[in-house]
Amino acid sequence: MAANGHEQTVSEYIVHHLTNLTYGKLPAGFVRDDGTVVSDTGLWTTAHGGGEIAAMGFNAIHVDSMIWSVGLGIIFCWLFRTVAKKASADTPSGLVNFVEMVVEFVDNTVKDTFHGRNPLIAPLALTIFVWVFLMNLMDLIPVDLVPEGLKLVGVEYQKIVPSTDPNITMGMAIGVFILMLYYSIKVKGFGFVKELSLNPFNHPLFIPVNLFMEVVGLLAKPFSLGLRLFGNMYAGEMIFILIAALFSVGVMWILPAALLQVGWAIFHILVITLQAFIFMVLTIVYLSMAHEDH
Amino acid sequence: MNINLTLIGQLIAFVAFVAFCMRFVWPPIVSAMAERQQKIADGLAAADRASHDLELAQKRVTEEMANAKREAAGIIDAANKRSAALIDEAKVAAVAEADRIKAAAAAEVEQERARAQEQLMSQVSSLALAGAEKVLGSEIDAAKHAELLKSLTADH
Repeated sequence: MAANGHEQTVSEYIVHHLTNLTYGKLPAGFVRDDGTVVSDTGLWTTAHGGGEIAAMGFNAIHVDSMIWSVGLGIIFCWLFRTVAKKASADTPSGLVNFVEMVVEFVDNTVKDTFHGRNPLIAPLALTIFVWVFLMNLMDLIPVDLVPEGLKLVGVEYQKIVPSTDPNITMGMAIGVFILMLYYSIKVKGFGFVKELSLNPFNHPLFIPVNLFMEVVGLLAKPFSLGLRLFGNMYAGEMIFILIAALFSVGVMWILPAALLQVGWAIFHILVITLQAFIFMVLTIVYLSMAHEDH
Repeated sequence: MNINLTLIGQLIAFVAFVAFCMRFVWPPIVSAMAERQQKIADGLAAADRASHDLELAQKRVTEEMANAKREAAGIIDAANKRSAALIDEAKVAAVAEADRIKAAAAAEVEQERARAQEQLMSQVSSLALAGAEKVLGSEIDAAKHAELLKSLTADH
């Protein structure tokens, strides 16, 4: 944990763990830590510290989140594609069995919740469930392992749990939100506007009130979807980091901290699965609501 | 909580993975599972049908056996009747034959007896003649007393 030069405080340790590896555009005139001033055209660079990340604003990308998230997505696609190629009506075995179990579980959940006919919903739910689960699973890797390891090869920051990054969870939630809007308009057409303006008070005078309430309700859906996952994973990750910080307090804390890590990790197995499942079910429910005509 | 381009990046990745899953992952797995389900259902139905067929076959076997038994009983019955009839016929024929043979034998015996009587008579008459000849000491003219002798034989 000792950083180069000076002894790292606990709060520095925690902040370091919660900072993404960010590549972005520093605005013109920004004074960097080493005293250089960014030129008028701005500068695309890797951020050093929270100040630079804040200065970059929207013009930045979390390299670690993107790499881990896309990497896990590719692992999901590769794994399931391998099975899809092998899948046949013969006796399944091993990996095929496992994947089919997951597929059947998702399929049943979709059938229970979504009563329309839409070939997109089930694959969407499967992707969300497995992908979010894999992203959450990164939480179980000891918090210091990957960041400290990568520090040895010169990577300053590393946050390996993509779902503790609100960009990742909200990115998916917005994807779901776009689908909700698309299907609402496609299925209900003008009825969608009616639904927004004539509920819950079916009177022309109340249209502004209804519209306000319904639009807030509609917008709350992607936020509740994305922020619930983010909040749960962020809090879980934070506790892992706090327990890890205990190791630095003193020798006598090593054993209790280790036990706490194990205990929290075991409990977290439940949390990550549950959060992946909740994200999937809510997606199905929201899309199901988008398909239903009132 | 820095919202930045990562959001857009994740959105694009999300769309790409869902599209990939929808095209290349979901359909083959689900169709293979459905196919297997169909196969298993067919297998079970075939087994059901087979056991049903077996039941039917067993039922038919019992029926056939009952039929065969009934037929056999009928045949035995007819044969019994026929043999009884044959025995009766034979009895009647035998009785008739016996009567015929008895009648023939009686007739023959009667004939034999008549012949023996006749022979005996003629011998008796010649014996009587010889006796009378000796008693009388004279010859009796056979031709003269033929009529007398005849009446004698007729009396006995």
